[in-house]
Amino acid sequence: MDISLQKVEYRYQAKTPFERLAIKDVSINIPSGTFLAIIGHTGSGKSTVLQHLNALLKPTAGKVVIGDKEVTADKKQKNLKEVRQKVGIVFQFPEHQLFEETVEKDICFGPMNFGVTMEEAQRRAKVAIKQVGLSEEILSKSPFDLSGGQMRRVAIAGVLAMEPDVIVLDEPTAGLDPRGRKEIMDMFHALHIERKLSTVLVTHSMEDASKYADHIVIMQNGEVYKKGTPEEIFTSPEDLMQLGLDVPEVVRFQQKIEETFHIKFSQTCLTVEMLTKEIASLLKGGGQK
Amino acid sequence: MMEKMIFGRYVPAQSLIHRMDPRSKLVIIFLFVCIVFIANNSLTYGLLAIYTLVMISLSKVPFRFIISGLKPVLWLVLFTLLLHLFLTKEGELLFQAGWFSIYEEGLRQGIFISLRFFLLILMTSILTLTTTPIEITDGLENLLHPLNKVKFPVHELALMMSISLRFIPTLMQETDKIMKAQTARGVDFSSGPIKDRVKAIIPLLIPLFVNSFKRAEELATAMEARGYRGGEGRTKYRQLSWGIKDTSMLVFLGILTALLVLFRT
Repeated sequence: MDISLQKVEYRYQAKTPFERLAIKDVSINIPSGTFLAIIGHTGSGKSTVLQHLNALLKPTAGKVVIGDKEVTADKKQKNLKEVRQKVGIVFQFPEHQLFEETVEKDICFGPMNFGVTMEEAQRRAKVAIKQVGLSEEILSKSPFDLSGGQMRRVAIAGVLAMEPDVIVLDEPTAGLDPRGRKEIMDMFHALHIERKLSTVLVTHSMEDASKYADHIVIMQNGEVYKKGTPEEIFTSPEDLMQLGLDVPEVVRFQQKIEETFHIKFSQTCLTVEMLTKEIASLLKGGGQK
Repeated sequence: MMEKMIFGRYVPAQSLIHRMDPRSKLVIIFLFVCIVFIANNSLTYGLLAIYTLVMISLSKVPFRFIISGLKPVLWLVLFTLLLHLFLTKEGELLFQAGWFSIYEEGLRQGIFISLRFFLLILMTSILTLTTTPIEITDGLENLLHPLNKVKFPVHELALMMSISLRFIPTLMQETDKIMKAQTARGVDFSSGPIKDRVKAIIPLLIPLFVNSFKRAEELATAMEARGYRGGEGRTKYRQLSWGIKDTSMLVFLGILTALLVLFRT
């Protein structure tokens, strides 16, 4: 399912003394099957953009097209359920949304809201709990007896069980240990490829963005500052550093080598493997300057 | 959804009312609540209304904002008006259609009582709109200080108040966040039959409760870790200062009271 934002503007609490412009003139295209990363500082409007992706917020100007649905400021929307089933959002700290007595019931909650039968929902719960790397025994436990990391995974399973076409992640790994972080990101990446999903990842981590995404949007003060493929974004790391954003370690390392030895690699490397190959071929080639 | 509520919200600005000592504001509100009952004719009610309008304009909070924020309460005011209109059967008969009749006294009473109600709400809103919760509790603690002598836990009460006021916005934000998360999971909070909507509250309330308990515990730990042991010997970072403007505002209210007493019938 394609999603596109066209010149979207959003104001919080419009027409009160508390009015605040959150995003303006944001245009982003998310064709089916893309892995898009949205990067920016706290308060740059990333989370606001994300809530437009399944019509939780209605733009105050511009329009959002989700599949064949159009969401604009003045149109009253009915039947958003369909959109919400197709676009699953994993919010920041999703463990805060757990409420059922058992993990199984909580995972089934989403699908059953969208009219899936009990048996089908339970089948999906079994699949989803394995996808997030937990065992089936956990299904009968209370979600409030689990550890923080496990709760996070259960909440994610709850969204996966809705079987959305587009999955939107708001800093899904915040507050996890490095291993849990990698496991969860790898899982989303695997799912992305396996189910041919579109994935939108909102993150602080440049490493994650460069590793998994095939498109990156950088937000700054509520506007799109830059967009492109990771290679395009990271060819000018100085820009990003000026914004105070982190640049992946590999890119920084490559930059240092280039400075020290006065050479230029043929491409911007985004993974350690790529850079190693570049350096190896350089060394073998006898160091053309 | 809750964006428009103005109860307990603070609008930062630099106005005379904002800069007043919270103690004088509390005293004035308390006295105002009392003297409202002195008024009993159009002239005295007019004086009260003018006083309230002056206070609003001095506070520099946009009038339209206050009114739009008070919309939910306006229904209550309207209800009061109608109740008096229909139920008081004194004075001259003004209008009759079948069993339905309106009497002069009913109309008069209805307008006065709902005006009184409305003015009270306006004045108390001005207090919360121009005073931060911390200032209010500091002022209250200071005013209630004498009660310490009779072993009334003034400090604890003030602390409880400031903590609950402090967490109102947090709770609002969290409600909003969880509502959105559950909406994304297919819950419909705003349409459908009543039965379904009541059911939809459960996935909202349970996480809210769980998180509140967690937060309360964390707060208690954080306070103890920083050596909090109650109010004894505790000094204040924010000092209250009673100035000329506070005294003159009280005098102003005194003049109003005198006028009310003078003109009441």
